[in-house]
Amino acid sequence: MTIMSVVLITIVTLAGLGAIAAVILYLASKKFQVFEDPRIDQVEEILPATNCGGCGFPGCRAFAEALVKSDDISSMNCPVGGADTMNKVAEMLGKEAGSATPMVAVVRCNGTCEHRPKLNEYQGATSCAVAASLYGGESGCSYGCLGLGDCVAACKFDAMYMDEATGLPVIIEDNCVACGACVTACPKSIIELRKKGPKGRRIFVSCINKDKGAAAKKSCAVACIGCSKCQKVCEFDAITIENNLAYIDYDKCKLCRKCPEVCPTNAIHEINFPPRKPKVEKEEPAKAPVE
Amino acid sequence: MLKTFSLGGIHPAENKLSAGSPVEVLPIPAVVSVPVSQHIGAPGEPVVKKGDAVKVGQLIAKTTGFVSSNIHSPVSGIVDKVDEILDASGYKRKAIIIKTDGDVWDEHIDLSPELKRDITLSAEEIVKRIGEAGIVGLGGATFPAQVKLSPPPGKVCEVLIINGVECEPYLTSDHRLMLEKGEAMLVGVQILMKALNVNKAIIGIENNKKDAIAHIEKLAAGFTGITVQPLKVQYPQGGEKQLIDACINRQVPSGKLPIEVGAVVHNVGTAYAVYEAVQKNKPLVERIVTLTGLSVKKPGNYLVRIGTPISAIIEAAGGLPEDTGKIVGGGPMMGKALTSIEVPVTKGTSGILILPKKIASRGIVENCIRCSKCVSVCAMGLSPYLLMTLAEKAIWDMAEEEKIMDCIECGSCSYTCPSSRPLLDYIRLGKGKVGQIMRSRTK
Repeated sequence: MTIMSVVLITIVTLAGLGAIAAVILYLASKKFQVFEDPRIDQVEEILPATNCGGCGFPGCRAFAEALVKSDDISSMNCPVGGADTMNKVAEMLGKEAGSATPMVAVVRCNGTCEHRPKLNEYQGATSCAVAASLYGGESGCSYGCLGLGDCVAACKFDAMYMDEATGLPVIIEDNCVACGACVTACPKSIIELRKKGPKGRRIFVSCINKDKGAAAKKSCAVACIGCSKCQKVCEFDAITIENNLAYIDYDKCKLCRKCPEVCPTNAIHEINFPPRKPKVEKEEPAKAPVE
Repeated sequence: MLKTFSLGGIHPAENKLSAGSPVEVLPIPAVVSVPVSQHIGAPGEPVVKKGDAVKVGQLIAKTTGFVSSNIHSPVSGIVDKVDEILDASGYKRKAIIIKTDGDVWDEHIDLSPELKRDITLSAEEIVKRIGEAGIVGLGGATFPAQVKLSPPPGKVCEVLIINGVECEPYLTSDHRLMLEKGEAMLVGVQILMKALNVNKAIIGIENNKKDAIAHIEKLAAGFTGITVQPLKVQYPQGGEKQLIDACINRQVPSGKLPIEVGAVVHNVGTAYAVYEAVQKNKPLVERIVTLTGLSVKKPGNYLVRIGTPISAIIEAAGGLPEDTGKIVGGGPMMGKALTSIEVPVTKGTSGILILPKKIASRGIVENCIRCSKCVSVCAMGLSPYLLMTLAEKAIWDMAEEEKIMDCIECGSCSYTCPSSRPLLDYIRLGKGKVGQIMRSRTK
């Protein structure tokens, strides 16, 4: 056999095999074809591809699928992309986008080292989840922040850091997309997603201590003692007291700034407001020191 | 050669400082705080309210489920309040606080010192009485005793194993109990045998308690079917599955209970409590607590009413040493650091260990060097280094495959780790999560 014929036979055989395989593959692809809406890919392109899960779906792809399949997408929201992204998606799909209010995470504990005396020392694994399974915490407050940073570790957007001086996590508002990863990570359920509010202004109770007033106050100087002064001063029924703890409903709150004024322990925080007008002198000494 | 379990194990310094101290009765405190959750399972439901007068042994909180337990007043006096107090869990939980006033016992309780050997009750009556008396596993696990005496249908118990191992370093409460209440304890064993309908009981005792082995062997000659099995000193031999392996060379399969291999294990303390409940009608209102530590002036064993603040025992043992770094509820291996000395003694408090500062701290956590010491000491044949990583990274499905739920939390891995890694901390966390996932699956 000449070399030429060997080459020829090889080429012909392989080409033949290739052709047969191509036919089989073609038939198989027809037979087992799964139709996928091309719009899913297009929607996914628009989404931010952070896969944070803030929308409630496991990743952006799953959210894109849900957006394409649902008839009504007004209740769905991508917290990362915000209204812009959702409008684009709605336009592309010819559906109506909802008007989701921008949210932001808030830390509802102000038990800094000076407010909350340490009673013991934790030496276990550096994980809030581990510490919470062992005991209530280094201070007398078993509701407060453990300060080991599970929330910071869970944040994918560099929107949190631990403040060394206070031992509490701090949220960088501009970076926070309200995906809720920190809310899930916190074993004490201290972090809450709240309405960002007009100009970022919001008022909330920075405490979740459910102990009775005296016990709460003893363990932390800035604890909510459930005295209900804020509830009385609120004209909009926004404040409820349950289990010795006040909670401000952000949908009802009109940001009138009356409750932070009456709170005897400064447990109610107001954020991004202009400084208050100077007060009459007699009120000055009653104000607790602000850090 | 002495018997022991087949897999892993360690031998930490024994430090049984209080082995020679006879049990002292601690004076009744002015106020007791009795938590309603002293056992594994559902918390008890208080049946007394503020202002009620109670006698010793009177029911104050009733069982709320199959796995739950009754709680009786450890003192006589007036209920001050039902409130939340800090207990050994490190959290505030519901407790009944009673102001003591004299020491009047419930009239149904037989307080005579005579030993009562004749068992008149039937098996069913015994189990019922044990449940009513609120007896839980006194080795520390606090599993309601009557549940273990009711084998599931189709399972037959062949042998009763009594745990007199006390493998935790420092603790000596079971040791002293065997020496001082040996005969009554053996009657308790007979009662348990009758309840389970078995004719064979083995009492496993580690060889560092030679006096107890000799004493119980001598006494056991007067009882039928009870033998003593001296065991090599090896931690965690007091673990149920390890003890079964050591005594009868049977291995409990993963995820199963000892009854699977025809065994039921009870602690010597439980056996004694069973004797008191069945023969003397006395519910579980007091227990022996070891108070010990290298810096403690007078390490000893104390008979303490449930609900007594541990500060009272510390006082009896010569006060809190100056250089105290940590106070542990239980032994050094499985015990848990307490956050306050005002936490009350509960049914599961086998000891209080006071550690001086220089040995109280944990080492600095370093990287895993893959030395596999944790694997070789694990008495359950697990890979602790891997389980820790899986728990840290929240890979729960794989943690389940790696049998994280088999872990008995003995702490041998953390003890042996040269890098001081918090192995058990994370494994315990993982067990919690995986357990949750498994329960939600079966629902």
